[in-house]
Amino acid sequence: MALAGLFLISFLGVHLGINLLILKNDGREAFNIAAHFMVTNPVVQSMQWVLFGGFILHILLGAVLQIQNWMARPQRYKVEGFSHTSYFSKFMIHTGLIIFAFLILHLVNFFFKAKFGAMPEVMIGDHMYEDMGLLVIEKFSNLSYVILYIFWLLFLGFHLDHAFHSAMQSLGLNHSKYTPVFFGISRALAILIAGGFMIIPLVIYFS
Amino acid sequence: MDLTLKIWRQKNAASKGKFVTYKISDISPNSSFLEMMDILNESLVLCGEDPVAFDHDCREGICGACSMYINGHPHGPDKAITTCQLHMRRFKDGETIVIEPWRARPFPVLKDLIVDRTAFDKIIQAGGYVSVNTGGIPDANSIPIPKVKADLSMDAAACIGCGACVAACKNASAMLFVAAKVSQFALLPQGRVEASERVQAMVAEMDNLGFGNCTNTGACEAECPKEISISNIARMNREFLSAKLGAQKPSGRTGSDA
Amino acid sequence: MAELNSKIPKGQLAEKWTNYKDNIALVNPANKRRLEVIVVGTGLAGASAAASLAEMGFKVKNYCYQDSPRRAHSIAAQGGINAAKNYQNDGDSVYRLFYDTIKGGDYRAREANVYRLAEVSNAIIDQCVAQGVPFAREYGGLLDNRSFGGAQVSRTFYARGQTGQQLLLGAYSALSRQVKKGNVELFTRHEMLDVVLVEGRARGIIVRNMVTGEIERHAAHAVVLATGGYGNVFFLSTNAMGSNTTAIWKAFRRGAVFGNPCFTQIHPTCIPVHGDFQSKLTLMSESLRNDGRIWVPKQKEDAEKIRKGTLLPTQIKEEDRDYYLERRYPAFGNLVPRDVASRAAKERCDAGFGVGETGLAVYLDFSDAINRLGKSTIEARYGNLFQMYEKIVDENPYKTPMMIYPAVHYTMGGLWVDYELMTTIPGLFAIGEANFSDHGANRLGASALMQGLADGYFVLPYTIQNYLADQISVPKFSNDLPEFKLTEEEAVNRLKKLMNVRGKNTVDSFHKKLGHIMWEYVGMGRNAEGLKKAITEIRALREEFWKDVKIPGEMNEINPELEKASRVADFLELGELMARDALHRDESCGGHFREEFQTTEGEALRNDQEFMYAAAWEFTGDTQEPKLNKEVLDYEFVEVKQRNYK
Repeated sequence: MALAGLFLISFLGVHLGINLLILKNDGREAFNIAAHFMVTNPVVQSMQWVLFGGFILHILLGAVLQIQNWMARPQRYKVEGFSHTSYFSKFMIHTGLIIFAFLILHLVNFFFKAKFGAMPEVMIGDHMYEDMGLLVIEKFSNLSYVILYIFWLLFLGFHLDHAFHSAMQSLGLNHSKYTPVFFGISRALAILIAGGFMIIPLVIYFS
Repeated sequence: MDLTLKIWRQKNAASKGKFVTYKISDISPNSSFLEMMDILNESLVLCGEDPVAFDHDCREGICGACSMYINGHPHGPDKAITTCQLHMRRFKDGETIVIEPWRARPFPVLKDLIVDRTAFDKIIQAGGYVSVNTGGIPDANSIPIPKVKADLSMDAAACIGCGACVAACKNASAMLFVAAKVSQFALLPQGRVEASERVQAMVAEMDNLGFGNCTNTGACEAECPKEISISNIARMNREFLSAKLGAQKPSGRTGSDA
Repeated sequence: MAELNSKIPKGQLAEKWTNYKDNIALVNPANKRRLEVIVVGTGLAGASAAASLAEMGFKVKNYCYQDSPRRAHSIAAQGGINAAKNYQNDGDSVYRLFYDTIKGGDYRAREANVYRLAEVSNAIIDQCVAQGVPFAREYGGLLDNRSFGGAQVSRTFYARGQTGQQLLLGAYSALSRQVKKGNVELFTRHEMLDVVLVEGRARGIIVRNMVTGEIERHAAHAVVLATGGYGNVFFLSTNAMGSNTTAIWKAFRRGAVFGNPCFTQIHPTCIPVHGDFQSKLTLMSESLRNDGRIWVPKQKEDAEKIRKGTLLPTQIKEEDRDYYLERRYPAFGNLVPRDVASRAAKERCDAGFGVGETGLAVYLDFSDAINRLGKSTIEARYGNLFQMYEKIVDENPYKTPMMIYPAVHYTMGGLWVDYELMTTIPGLFAIGEANFSDHGANRLGASALMQGLADGYFVLPYTIQNYLADQISVPKFSNDLPEFKLTEEEAVNRLKKLMNVRGKNTVDSFHKKLGHIMWEYVGMGRNAEGLKKAITEIRALREEFWKDVKIPGEMNEINPELEKASRVADFLELGELMARDALHRDESCGGHFREEFQTTEGEALRNDQEFMYAAAWEFTGDTQEPKLNKEVLDYEFVEVKQRNYK
């Protein structure tokens, strides 16, 4: 769970990096080249399967653990306690499910189109590239998509808030000096990743 | 003080339970929570009703018998105490208090607020010891132990086995309980000898008994009456991973450790 | 008449135990597997005995009334455990520990037993360290010690303020290991109701399964009672709510004689009583007396103002404070033994100098220690105790002195046992607080843990073999023998009788009344007139109890009221025996203080000519008075002196 999660965090970092290229004022050139690289490079292509594996492992394990956890308490409390703990840690399955549902939508919107669909093309230098950037801009010109994505990313942030430090703890890395730092990193990652992704639809919609 | 109590009543393990509401008045704020329960029971007995059954024994916060889930918190709303150390001055006059038993599949309710915590004993039996027999032991000072390690070990060893960690955890996980015992021994040279076997056996037994998984919410630590840290859980994870990854099997037959 | 043969081995004091071990009969490993031993109780003595016997190969059955063996009340011991290691190089030795214990017990214990206790004390520390007990350590990595009342050396090993817990968990882990191996069968939530005798020997017990209410018969070749003390006869004590006398009382009724029932330890540092609803008293570790100074106001007027709440203790000037222990006992000061400290507190309060709302409290003041050592040092030493105090009393002991008052804590009396820890019923052993043992008329701090573990780890496993060696040809007992059926029937009938009283008053109300009588007349200060009154009142209360007690629910379910009633019924009999014992002992010694027998300075006045014996009471029937037997204590090796802590 922890390892898969950490792997997914690293993927999100890469994904965000590429996405931010779309904001570069170069007629989507850099973004389209990067997107092209991602769908054609053999190393990235093979990593794609690892990534799929990571997603599936994380989701399946999450589901199995959650079912076991529900089974461990067949009768619930009348007054559910809210101990002073990391708040979002209690809702990982809920935030996870929301993220998962939107993930499918997201894959349909972009990934499958990029991979299998007919894409508009654009000439950059000597080569023809799929104009992935145009697709993104079209989508985010629609207000409902923007709201939907912001909403989704919010939950991604909630989910990430209990990600990094929790993974460290699961891997046995807890130390009176460093654990508070891990909590800081977690919070920072949640804000940076979710916030970073959010900037894109907002900027596109309002420009 | 006047109070309204909503208490889980269940005749025995087989029967279905329900909440029953009681009104109780003239409670001194200086009385302990269990003394308040005594007063309620005294009045129930005098009315010919069955008193509320609950586990309790030492009434000074060390035996780990008392086990009530009060207003959403194991051992009530105060930090770092057991139910028997909770005092009524903590509550407001006229307050409604909901009292439930620990809820977890491995802790079935036996009657009212009494649950069966034998599962904890089984986990200890699986490996929560150092395998030494009585007698023939070298002098106590023959192995110096760094004070910091001894103190950390004592921090973990303070566990009273009450089960508040399981009760508080949204997953009914027993990780803090198991980790406390694993840590206590893992930190001492005497316990290191069989640390690898111990952590594997205890974790296997814990899983086997149907406790939930740890998702690092930290509720156990927040509710533990002895404030045992989840750093012990991390230590156990470390011990477990290295035991699983690094354990070697000796060739040939090994004898029993009788 | 019961024959009291103490079976003390011959030879020099230091050689007796070795000689004994060298010459006893042993049981070979193949035979051990065929022999069954019942151990009742899972505290320090019970768990350590059960584990050790199982490790040796005996088949052990172990019982406790709690839901887990780990909850036995040994767990609540705070301060520490003594051993004669002399790690501090302060002149300690086995002899000195022996001598302090004999003297501390006011010369009413058996020399040979106490010496053996001191002798095995060191092995206990080794054993516990090997089990992974996290004792306090110095920065160099070696074990730390602290000092305790009644001793001038630092010989007490400790694990924060939770020594009893850590030692018990050590024994519990050893026990758990044997349960896993199948050598110990564990019966939790089982309460012993009676002991079964077959042809005069103890061969089993009757227990009640406290979950199903079922009455069960269990057979074995020998029975060990490790059921603790009976301080709860006072209702309010530092004992756990469930601590009771039933096991040893039933043994007494079956013929085991009861040693020194009146020897009760009143612990000087407990949190004072604060109301009628109070269910139990909380002990503050004696170790607090290492740094705390005990005082009351010098002027009665000040004490009165404090009681009314118009004056605060911190407002009383140094010269107006009476540090009465330092004044009366300059050599030991605040570290006098428990009985002396308790009595001194009662003396001051009775004289009108007591503080607190009730006037039944004295101050334990840490301001000097905080000024001298700093708050952080005091916090490191006693932080958890201060926190506990604040939780209960709602006052901050760093700022205002603690209030303390004596409370019933430990019973030195118990079943009479010989050197082999066997009662006068062959095959019935008693260990730990359940026996009358090694503490004489007063127990020193940090000695109870030592004795419980000594009995369980290092004494009983030897001595029981000497009994079992000639039992190897005895086949396993069937619990269908008529003796079992009969004893079971008696136990069932008694419970039925209790259920059928259907009176008007709760068990607790009777228990509280008994407690008042005991505290008033059989407590810290006793006199002939009061004791006679106590006997009459207890009898009357007992009669009333059997006519008027009200127990709801059924027998065949979890029924805490029935459990309590069954225990209180026994306390109502025991209380009378305690008063009787106290009445017959026309002297003051240790925890037994008869007001008629004191020096002009108010110290206990022993009468060695007439009372240098252990009183061993024999049950003769419900309507007859118990019979007194005497085990004369022969002090061969130490000179008997007036105890002096001045």
